[in-house]
Amino acid sequence: MTTTTRRRPRTRLRFGFVDSFLWAVRIGAVAIIGVGLIGSIADTLSGEGISGGAWRDLVITGLSQGSMYGLIALGYSMVYGVLGFINFAHGEVFTAGAIVGFFVADALAEAGMWTDLPILAISIVMLTSITTATLVAVLVERIAYKPLRGAPRLIPLITSIGMSFFLQYAIRGLFGSNIKSYPQRPTALQGSVDLFGVPIGKAQLAVIVVAAVSMVSLYLFINRTKTGRAMRAVAEDKEIAALMGINVNRTIVTTFAVGGAMAGVAGTLWGLLFRQVFFFTGFLPGVKAFTAAVLGGIGNIVGAYLGGISLGLFESVGPNLILAPLGVPAVSQLKDVVAFTALVLVLIFKPTGLFGERLAVEDRA
Amino acid sequence: MTAVASRSSRAAVRVDRRGVITGLGAGGVAVFLGMIGMLVAFDGRNVIDPILSLGYAVLIGVFVVAGHRAAAREELEGVEFEPYGPYDVVSGAVAGIVGGAVVGGFILLIEAFDVREVFTNVSPALVDFLTLDSGLAVGLIAMALGGAVFGAVGAATHLLPARVKDSAISAVIWIFIIGFIELVIVDIVESFKFADFFEDFVYGDRRGLTVPAALLVGAGVFLLTWRFRGRVVAFRARIQVMPEEQRRKTGVVIALVLIALGAILPAVLGTFVNELLTIVGLFLLMGLGLNIVVGLAGILDLGYVAFFAVGAYTTAVLTSPLSPAFSPELTWFAALPFVIVFAAMAGVLVGTPVLRMRGDYLAIVTLGFGEIARILFLSDWFKGIFGGAQGIIQIPSVEIGPLTIKGTDPQQVFYLLLFFVVIVAYVSWRLQDSRIGRAWIAMREDEQVAEAMGVNTVTAKLLAFVIGAIMASFGGAIFAAKIGSIFPNSFQFLVSIIVLVLIIVGGMGSIPGVAVGAFVLVGVLGGPTSPGLLREFAEFKLLIYGTLLVYMMLKRPEGLLPSARRTRELHQEEYLQDAWIDAQEKEGHPEEDG
Repeated sequence: MTTTTRRRPRTRLRFGFVDSFLWAVRIGAVAIIGVGLIGSIADTLSGEGISGGAWRDLVITGLSQGSMYGLIALGYSMVYGVLGFINFAHGEVFTAGAIVGFFVADALAEAGMWTDLPILAISIVMLTSITTATLVAVLVERIAYKPLRGAPRLIPLITSIGMSFFLQYAIRGLFGSNIKSYPQRPTALQGSVDLFGVPIGKAQLAVIVVAAVSMVSLYLFINRTKTGRAMRAVAEDKEIAALMGINVNRTIVTTFAVGGAMAGVAGTLWGLLFRQVFFFTGFLPGVKAFTAAVLGGIGNIVGAYLGGISLGLFESVGPNLILAPLGVPAVSQLKDVVAFTALVLVLIFKPTGLFGERLAVEDRA
Repeated sequence: MTAVASRSSRAAVRVDRRGVITGLGAGGVAVFLGMIGMLVAFDGRNVIDPILSLGYAVLIGVFVVAGHRAAAREELEGVEFEPYGPYDVVSGAVAGIVGGAVVGGFILLIEAFDVREVFTNVSPALVDFLTLDSGLAVGLIAMALGGAVFGAVGAATHLLPARVKDSAISAVIWIFIIGFIELVIVDIVESFKFADFFEDFVYGDRRGLTVPAALLVGAGVFLLTWRFRGRVVAFRARIQVMPEEQRRKTGVVIALVLIALGAILPAVLGTFVNELLTIVGLFLLMGLGLNIVVGLAGILDLGYVAFFAVGAYTTAVLTSPLSPAFSPELTWFAALPFVIVFAAMAGVLVGTPVLRMRGDYLAIVTLGFGEIARILFLSDWFKGIFGGAQGIIQIPSVEIGPLTIKGTDPQQVFYLLLFFVVIVAYVSWRLQDSRIGRAWIAMREDEQVAEAMGVNTVTAKLLAFVIGAIMASFGGAIFAAKIGSIFPNSFQFLVSIIVLVLIIVGGMGSIPGVAVGAFVLVGVLGGPTSPGLLREFAEFKLLIYGTLLVYMMLKRPEGLLPSARRTRELHQEEYLQDAWIDAQEKEGHPEEDG
């Protein structure tokens, strides 16, 4: 659609303003990151900066946060792979799962099950969360995206922005605008355990493990089942897939459903870890999860998950690692800036993402 | 005869199934609107004073549309379909009854179970609303009967001659419009002698028209449409076929009349409406700017609010005596050149990295830039320059020679805005058909082809960014002077989205479209924080913006007042098909008939 980023013989001959600018950005970015890194190594060695323990906590926070980004990013990545557009409303699918999960968790806590049978209770919450998110994702596809098959790329994108606002304010209208707090984590998830000598919060560990397990099951589903093969075929070429007897529409619905389910898992995990949800909860994680999907190479399932983890790490460790030594005050305010800058830098340095794109020929541009 | 009978009985089964499904959908929509609290909130405003509130109007609207859709046939060009008959009215009624039954079931459910813990808006007020305040039994019967009647009415519209249908629809629409613009009309007639009498006659106590006024408006509009139906279309068509020079002249005359109207209006309007007009003006200014970026150049910029913020912050830093880092205390007009320079720089800064990205990546990256700008304005890092969360206060008024435009006086601010809107609109209009304008449009339609045709896409894109940024920065500068103090939270992502909605609803790439979008949307629904003419909409403003965005993309992507070229582009297939059919007919090949 746009001028290609990879094959550009014309601009290679002419070194214009844009190239100089981009090179300035590249060099500047490398310089800032380098200086920051050296600074923070020096600070840590001299004992001035934050301690080793604090670094470890930042890494664990980043990993758990990133696991959730990864789960949401799977939905973006799969939909982009199959339909070639950004489903902006995916963050709200996540919110829907998290909020409905809250009401179930709240009811279970009142019944006493939350503390008595934590595993069962959390499984029930997760199941409702997954069901809700899947339903919302499929409904959105049916109402808003199905009529737009084959429309120019920006039209479904704008539709999905509209859908995102619609869902946000529908959720607000239905459940009220107040912040909802998940019940206190059951004792099994409080405190921390030693893992290879590193103390790690049980809740964070649970989030990381559940996300990894979901990721592996999704990977197996995509690569080992017939439906998964159909999804890959549709992503590669819709027309030929249809000729091979694949029901393209049903496969697209499945894609949305699976993406929604992953967002539902992320919703419950979010509730367990941060405990607070409201109608706007999903917006930023949604945008960042898209960033993660691009970071990992859009259309690439494993890439989306790894991209999520990388993004989580960047935004939790990055401000302290790179900005703090440069004398920037209150760096924790800047984690969103770091996340979005990471997106811009990846697109400038390596537009196909860290782990490579998997897209149909027509979508590669 | 038998053939006809069997066909209609088969049709009966098919139509009824469709009626039931449509009815279920309509019931679901009605229940949803009730659950999000919209029906109850809209009940607070009347359309026709004691008898019809906006809440019931919406509910009735749902049934009417359901009946209409249940009976509608798919109209394909060249395929004959059965004419509409009385049976269609029945299927409309079926849809209505089913919808009413769904709502009735919902009433029973919420009477039996208290779900307020979860659904905050499912309140006794909702039950009262749905049962018409007269108990469960009456309510259930009313829902079923009302559903049937209004469903049938919706279906019956298919049977009416087109002329009657159009006249009736415009009568209903105008009753709503006159009801909605009550504040404007009351302000206008205020200065006349008969104002009190007029107000009492036209408007009831709880907003909305009185019954006689509604009848009068309805009948009047019906007759006017009946008489002049098609004239407007004919007039537009005549303008279309006018020679270029004459068309341009007509356009200029219309624009001048509108500007003159805009200049007179604020003088007769009250404070609230004037305040609203300034918000509309701000969004119009931004809309015109974004129209160049999105509408002409086809670059979907979701971080447009950043440029608005740059304009506001530059003005604040340079003019306020309390700006933290340095305060040259320039006058507003002396600061304006700096605003332009900084906005242009911001445009280049945002535009250059995204030049080679594909359209959808670009959208997200610009969104990211918008958020980055807001967070940086908010952060402690730049607190020394931009004041962090406390913002910058005491921004002085605008002074032009002896004149002072106080930010607190919306009327004066409006004239300042009008001045800039006219400039920006003129520039956009001149740019449209200029060399660079045509380059933008070519780029929007196909970038690679445009490049092959010799368009320098790098320059064209950067220019679009820069010009759009400067236009938004004017808005920001006026905003800063109007509010007198600015805070980072005025520059949310929401602002970008509202601007985007109004240019999409109005019509991308069309200046009148943007104006209509700004007046209708911002005027009726209100800006991000301020209420519009319908204060009852405040809670649901963004829900409606979102729905409109989806609806427009699905049903009318070219907008309400589209530019001709954009329409052709979006309906390319239809145009090609028509051209093909025309060609076939000209060549004298009759279409093959089975």
